This record gives sequence, C-alpha cells and structure tokens, in this order.
Amino acid sequence: MENLDNTLDTLVAEALNAVAVVADAPALDEIRVRFLGKKGELTALLKSLGQLSAEERPKAGELINKGKQQVQDAINQKKALLDQQALDARLASESIDVTLSGRGQDLGTVHPITRTMERISDYFGRIGFTVEQGPEIEDDYHNFEALNIPGHHPARAMHDTFYFDQSTVLRTHTSPVQVRTMERFVRNNDNPPIAIVCPGKVYRCDSDQTHSPMFHQVEGLYVAEQVSFADLKSVLVDFLRVFFERDDLQVRFRPSYFPFTEPSAEVDIEWGRNDDGSIKWLEVLGCGMVHPQVFRHCGIDPDRYTGFAFGMGVERFAMLRYGVNDLRQFFENDLRFLDQFR
Amino acid sequence: MKFSEKWLRQWVHIDASTQQLVDKITMAGLEVDSVEPVAGAFTGVVVAEIVACEQHPNADKLRVTQVSTGQETFQVVCGAPNARVGIKVPFATVGAVLPGNFKIKKAKLRGVESCGMLCAEQELGISDAADGLMELALDALVGEDIRDYLSLDDKIIDVDLTPNRGDCLSMAGLAREVSANFLADVIEHPVAEVAPVINDTFKVFIDAPAGCPRYVGRVIRNVDVTRPAPLWLTERLRRSGIRSIDPVVDVTNYVMLELGQPMHGFDLDTLAGSIHVRMAKPAETLTLLDGQTVTLNDNTLVIADEHKALAIAGVMGGEGSGVSATTRNVFLESAFFDPITVAGKARSYGLHTDSSHRFERGVDHQLQKKAVERATALILDICGGEPGPVSEVASETHLPAQREVMLRSDKVTALLGMAIDNHHIEALLTRLGLDLNAQGEGCWLVSVPSWRFDIAIEEDLVEELGRIYGYDNLPQNTPSALLKMQQVDEARVTESDIRRVLTARGYQEAICFSFYDPQLHRQFDPVREHVALSNPIASDLSVMRTSLLPGLVKTAQYNLNRQQSRVRLFETGLTFIKEGGQLKQESMLAALITGSRQPESWLGKAEPVDFFDLKGDFAAVFALGQCADEFVFVKGEHPAMHPGQCARITRAGEVVGHMGALHPSLAKALDVPAALFLVELHLSAVIAGEVTAFTSLSKYPEVRRDLALVVADSVTAGEVEHTIASVAGELLRHVNTFDVYAGKGIGEGRKSLAMSLTLQHPSRTLRDDEVNELVDRVVSRLQQDFAACLRH
Repeated sequence: MENLDNTLDTLVAEALNAVAVVADAPALDEIRVRFLGKKGELTALLKSLGQLSAEERPKAGELINKGKQQVQDAINQKKALLDQQALDARLASESIDVTLSGRGQDLGTVHPITRTMERISDYFGRIGFTVEQGPEIEDDYHNFEALNIPGHHPARAMHDTFYFDQSTVLRTHTSPVQVRTMERFVRNNDNPPIAIVCPGKVYRCDSDQTHSPMFHQVEGLYVAEQVSFADLKSVLVDFLRVFFERDDLQVRFRPSYFPFTEPSAEVDIEWGRNDDGSIKWLEVLGCGMVHPQVFRHCGIDPDRYTGFAFGMGVERFAMLRYGVNDLRQFFENDLRFLDQFR
Repeated sequence: MKFSEKWLRQWVHIDASTQQLVDKITMAGLEVDSVEPVAGAFTGVVVAEIVACEQHPNADKLRVTQVSTGQETFQVVCGAPNARVGIKVPFATVGAVLPGNFKIKKAKLRGVESCGMLCAEQELGISDAADGLMELALDALVGEDIRDYLSLDDKIIDVDLTPNRGDCLSMAGLAREVSANFLADVIEHPVAEVAPVINDTFKVFIDAPAGCPRYVGRVIRNVDVTRPAPLWLTERLRRSGIRSIDPVVDVTNYVMLELGQPMHGFDLDTLAGSIHVRMAKPAETLTLLDGQTVTLNDNTLVIADEHKALAIAGVMGGEGSGVSATTRNVFLESAFFDPITVAGKARSYGLHTDSSHRFERGVDHQLQKKAVERATALILDICGGEPGPVSEVASETHLPAQREVMLRSDKVTALLGMAIDNHHIEALLTRLGLDLNAQGEGCWLVSVPSWRFDIAIEEDLVEELGRIYGYDNLPQNTPSALLKMQQVDEARVTESDIRRVLTARGYQEAICFSFYDPQLHRQFDPVREHVALSNPIASDLSVMRTSLLPGLVKTAQYNLNRQQSRVRLFETGLTFIKEGGQLKQESMLAALITGSRQPESWLGKAEPVDFFDLKGDFAAVFALGQCADEFVFVKGEHPAMHPGQCARITRAGEVVGHMGALHPSLAKALDVPAALFLVELHLSAVIAGEVTAFTSLSKYPEVRRDLALVVADSVTAGEVEHTIASVAGELLRHVNTFDVYAGKGIGEGRKSLAMSLTLQHPSRTLRDDEVNELVDRVVSRLQQDFAACLRH
C-alpha cells in the first residue's frame, strides 16, 4: 500500500510536470495516452488493484482515481490554454489593415441645380403644390401674349429672347407652364384650386459673368377663391425661411412691376449687414397677384378667382445656399465641382 | 434714371436723410440702384485765376504759373497742357486734402517752389477726365470754395424704374412720387408763357395722327449758340449722365429731365417748306445724328420736311437738320407720340435714346405746350433771340382718352387681405394726383391723370394703395386649403429614383446647354435636321440639341483634359427634333462611362470599362419599373457608335434607345479615349413601370440543367435564351448564360455558350423524365433554329 502511494505520487508528479512543459496539442495528447490511455501508466495502476486486500482496495481506488482526475484536469486546462494560444496565433496571422480603402463605386452626385429644384419643389409639395412641366421651345402666345406682354411692350426688351422665327421662342421664363396648366384645367372642366410649381430650364440671350444664356427657374401658382396678397406674403416668407433653414430670416416685399401680376413685388432677403448695422438686402424672387387679363386669356373667371404667382432663379438660390461664387461653374460640369454636392 | 439729390430737394422739401429718402422710394417701387457723391471727399480747393504762366526753367513739360485767389497770388508749378493765362481753375491750396487723403504741401519741383496744386476733374473725383485742368466758367468768382461754386455737396441717385413708371422719368414725376410717400407738397415750378415778339411760324402737317396726336412747335430767331449754357444747368445734366453739347440741345435735354418731355431743336434754315409727321416711305433712308444711315421701315413714324425725312419720331434726329454751331434760327419740336407706334422702333434700328425710352413708356400728353414755354424761356436767357408764337397741331380724337376706373373698397380688402379705411384710401390716392368721385359707400370713380399710363384697371389702383401703404405693413396670412389627398402613380418610376440608382453606381449628374455647335450636331447626328436659333449668342451655341450625347462627350473631354481619367456622367433633359414639319421636344436620359471600372485601388489592376459595365448599370435602372425583361437588346446601328459594339434597345417592339461604344473615328476627332461607352434612352420608356403582382412561392425543389451549346459566332446569346424560354414555357424559372468560349476545340467561326436552365413546378416535384423530355425538346429546337449542337 505504501508502495502504491509512492508510485502513484511519483506518476502524478511526473504527469503534471509533463503537462506543464508540453508546448503543443499533439504532445499533450501523447501525455494523455501515456498516463490515462487504456494502456496508460495510471490506468495500469488501477488494474493492479487486484493485488491489494479487499479492505485496502476501495481506499487505493479512490486515491488512484483522484490522481487520474488531477492529471485529467491539468491536461484539460493545458488543452484550453493551448487552444487559446493557437486561436490567438491564427487570429493574429489573419489581421488586416482596416485603413485600406473599400471596394466598389464611389457615390455619385446629383447636380446642385437639380438638388435645389428638388428641394424647392419638395417644400411646396408638402403644402399641396404639384409639379408641372412644359415645352422649352414655346410659342409667342404662351411665353408673352397670354401673360399680358403684347408685342410692343417695353418688358419684351428686358427679356432678351432667343427666337427661331417670329412666333417661336425659347421660353424666357417658366410662366408659360402656368398658362398651359390653367388652360388644361379649363379644358377638362376642372375648377380651381390650382396649386402648382413649375421647375425647368429657361433661356435669355445674354452671357457674361453673371448671366448664363440657359438657366433654371421655379415658378409657382396658387389660384382659388379669396386668395390675397397676405396669403402670398405668408407662403413666400415661410418658404424662404425653410429653404435657408433660418426662422429669423428677414424678408421684405418691395413693389415692382411684371405685366402678368398686379400688384407685383420683388422679394429681398437679409444677406449680411452693412457697416452701420443695417440689413444688406438681396433680391431673390419676384411675385404678385395674377393679373385678371391672364386669367381671362386662360378662361378663368377673374371675378370669382384670385391667385398669386411667384418665380425664382434656381442658380441664385443654389449659389446662396452652397456659397458657389461663379454662375458659369454650374454648366461646366467639372467633376471636382460636381463632387462637392453629395 | 440718374438725378441730383439736391435738384430733387428743390422740387419737394422733405425732412429726411439721403438714406431715408432712398429707402422710402425703394420700398415704394422706385428701386434705387446706387447713391454716389458727385465728387470725391476733399477740402481746401478754391476757384483761382491763372494770371501768369511761364516755361519751367528746368523741365520741358512743366510750367510755372501765378494764380490768384483774389486776395493773394501763389506760385504753382503745373504740368497740364491747357494751363494758360486767363482761365479759371480749381486750386488746391497748401493744407488742402484731396480724395484718397492726399495732403497738399509746399514743395519744390525741379528747383522751383510750388505752393499748391491746380486740379483736373479726376483729381477731385468729379469725373475720369485727367487730360488737363478743369476749366471753370469765366464768370466764376475767384476765391470761392469749389464745393460751393460747383455745388458738390450733392449725391447722384440712380433709380431703376420699372417700365410701367415712365411718369417718374423726370424731376416733376419723381417729386410727385416723393410727395406721396412723405406727405410733403410738391413745390410748384410754374412755367410762364413767353410772349412772342415776332410772328414767324413754321407750318406743320400731321399726316399720321394716330402716331402723333399732338405736335407743338415754335420758331425762335437770332439765337447765339456760341454762348455756353450756365454751370447750374450743365451740372444738372452731368449728374443725370448727359453731356453738354450746345445751349439749345442742353436746354431741350434739361426740359426733358425737368418735366419729362423729350424735345428736338431743328435748324430752321435747313427745313424745306413745312414739317410733315408721316410714316416712312418704302426704302426711305435717313442719316442719323450719330452718323449712321438707316433704311427706314414703313412702320416707322418720321418727322419730314417737303423733301425728306429729318428724324425718326421720338427716337433720334437726323444729321444736317439739327441745331449746329452755325445755327441762327431754331424750330423747337415738342410732340406727343403714341407709345405703341414708337415702341420697339428704336430697338429695330439698334438704337436706344433718352427720348425713345420715354416715349415708349408714355409721355404726359398734356405737357407739350408747357415744355415749349419752358425751353423758350431758357433759350432766351442763354442765347437771346426772338420767339414767334407757339403753334399747335392736334387730333383730339387720337389723344389718349381721360381714363376713369371704378374702385371698390371690397376689392381692396379682398386683394390685399386687409381693409383700409375709406378716408385713408381717398387720402392715399389723392396724393398721387388721382381724382376720386364717391359713388356711394366704399365705391369711387377714379380719374387717372394724363401722366399715369399704367393705371387702367381696379387692380392697378389696389397696387397703388398697397405700395404707398407699404407692402411690409400689409398682413400675412397662412392660407388654409382642403386636406384633399392626390393620386400618386406607384408604377411610374420617378426621375429622382433613376438619379438615386445612377448615383449609387458612381455616376455624376451633368447639366449641359440645350444648344450646341452645328459641327458637333453633324458629327453625332448627321441625318436628322436640327432646329436653329435665329439670334444665337455664339455660333457654337446656335442649334438645339437632338441628342444629349454630344454634350456628355464634350463634358467628358473637358474633364479628361483636366486630369480626370475616370468619368461617369448622366443627364436628363429635352431634345428637339423636327419631324415632318412638326417639332418634337422629348425628355431623354443619357449616360457615359470611360476610364477604369473601379476607382483606382490597392485591390488589383485597374481594368477599363466596357459595354457590359454600362449595360449592368442600366439593367438596374430598368429594374426600377419591375419590367427589366421588357427591355430587349439587339445589335443596332448609331452614327456616333462603333458599328460592332452598338445595341438597339427596344421595349414592346418600340425602339427606346441605343447603347454602345463611341465610334473610334469620332473618338479620334474629339481626342477622347475610344473606350468610351454611351447610352441614350427615351425617358418615357424608362419611367413606365408596373406595380408588383405577387406570385406564390413554390414549395417544391428547383432543378437545374446546364447545356453547353456550340453555335455560329453570329448567333447571339439573347436569341438563344429567348428561344429556350419560349420552348421551356411556364416551368422555366430562369435561363442564364454563364460562360462564353471560343477557340481551341470549338472550331473556326463557332463559339460555345454555357447556359443554365432552372426549372420548377408550382405544385409538385418535377420528375426526371419530364425534365429530360423538356431539355430534349429545347435542344432539338436549338438545333433546328441555330444549328446548335451540344458540346461533349
């Protein structure tokens, strides 16, 4: 019995020592086989129990099993340790440089003019305005006559019109879309309210640093019963504050003249301050109450309906919003310019 | 219109600063563009006379002058070529400070002492003239501060008048407007009649009374045109941007600025017989004051004598008949020309004059006689002379009728969104010179004064009220509307959906001009006719585009020339095509790619884009409408595309566009890479989509069969897939070409297509035998149609 104790202690010590120094999983397995396998040295001790007396046997069995368990635990621990080390090593070998660029296309860009037109149309869309479009080569009637600009009118000189022939022009504003829309309403026997915005390209025979022969406008029209100048003021002040995201933006309405509206106004917004602290005003749009003659041309009864119309230059709004300083850049389509409007 | 602030303040006394004046009239609709001082800021400059002038001993170009300020004489060295004894000039004394904080000190110039400086206009900030000393009138009082003498403490106000406010193109008109806005009375400038001292008149016939309903004339004999107009008059002209010419022209210009009536002075001795106001004769010519000879159009009203046209009525006088340095006898014209007759005429001859500007907008038809009297008095003051009686020819029936407009306070309230008290309405409009006759409570018949051409309807009066009341004082009211929901077509693909897909795939949106160079048009679209502008801004922007592709290729070229090797662009917009006399304006969608497939990266070698990159991107666009299968690519032709790499894209049998490589010869001509791929589609075809109709998912397994088919090179994968689909019928879920191979083992002129057929039954598992049978049918059909054989 004492002999057994010594042998057991020696074997366990030897096994634990072997486990402690082993460096890899296969070697560890060899140790397991050597000590705990079917023919292992500790297993052999159990087999030798038969040589002991019946009263010593339980005690000796318990001791041996305890020893085996001790070795098994050490092996398990070591195994876990070696597995962890192996995993760590593999993970370390698999690491990547996460700062390298990703694969696939860069995000493209929507043109800032389109983006601005979409924003404007969207804000009006939220209060029920729908988008209408029309032809860019227009007839004289829709571009001028129907809008109360007869052939001799001095306002025609201000329009710098591109002509194809005497009665065909490149539209100088998107107002003819308003006329066409009202005509369609009347043709379909629909009645106002009419609430539309007309974004699109317009053309003027003028080209320099601040004029492009092609540019964009968004015009709007609201026709219903009892529409007043007070409604016009409210809608445009709201729009300008929403567009520039400034609830305290100062806006003023200045009397002006357009043949197709009466009363007419130009709208200025606060754009910086003068040295004396007074507001620097910047003109951003034109507007007014639809001229009764325009309603008559379209077949709408001016005694029953009133309405307001407004128009703005999209380039001007885009320039102010994004700080673009040269109008001509919008149509050069330099990728480095476009790239900035994601 | 530019005017002197001081002059205006002599017409209406207001207790307001320049800024308050400018703000007020701007907010009343007379937008002030600029306010400039009439001279720079300077002190210490007085009127002096040059009493001696000698050559500088040490400098050829300098002179030594003695100048007198009345009490003292100073020695001043001066380099101006016009320095001479007897003239009066501005003299900056020692201690003076000129514009730019330039201090005048005693100095020695080439060894000669100089006590001050004689000044040119530019040095005082009066004008840009710097070629000599500013010569003052000989009667200028020496020693007087030049700021007082020239009345330089004044500002030039430039007001940008809208075309409806021709009535404000004069001091009298501006004063009326200021008066209404500041509640200050206009200071009347009564014009007295000048009694005739001779009986001479000159006969006038109005042959075209519709164009000229009134013509007032007057003969003045023995005027001395060598006498200069006085300084106060020429200074007022200068501050309105009008150059002094001779005393008669200066007076007619002055009266135009003061009262608003353009006038003309004829040299009476050059006129033959009588004046005729008539329409121009066919092919009649006239040499104008500016020296150009024009061939008159017969819609042009002219002033003529018995021989020839002398002036374009209301626009410009002719050479030879106007007042000149040798004129002794003058015939003054003061007429009312009908705005519609005059409108556009100046422009049609490439002219724009102060006179045409006013007549086109409308001149007060009651003003002609007053203007002649005023001009006569001024001419007599300056040049002397003997006036004849004023003669007037008028056609009352052609003069504008007195207009009366009904105004209801209800209309005021409805349009402005607020009520204005009746007595307030009356006060505001009366101030503007309108005459109100009450027609019961809150209703007036308003008489419009002869100078207001812009007031014709009730709304015009409402605008006047709103304007004078102040737009900023009018209320705001958020309109309310019915919460009526509107239909939205879900099947319709929006342009913004398309932009979203393309930008996600790395495309940038371009906006190109709608007009381009006819040469570019011929290169891209030689067959179709373009629409040409009659007045293009430049020859390279003279025809309307029939395609978006040239613009995109030019844009690519622009960027390639700026070190961008990878370009991916798209655009949407109208094209303009003439078809059988009809103009079609159609929305198109176009795109272009060139350069590497992916942005340059560490991930691998940069591969150039090809046709299938573009096709893949547009497959995604087509998929938006749930109808990608309807877009069919067949080999096509396009003048701008590579004949072997061009697809015609059809949908439901209609050609909807083309996709392909840029034609190599075009690439060479435009100096862009040949590996540049283009697509252009009718937007209407891309946006027409369908709403998803769900089909139940089959629970039964899919069966896949692969076929390796050998066909002739000319057979397209699309045709084979189409045939497979039509034979396999409903059981076919999907057919896909997963490999194309030509070369060793296949045979010359042939290729191998590897295709997979995915089959599935909606309600049961497919049996091997029926799959085999179906595949056999497919194969035998392919043998029949394409001489295809299976590759073993």
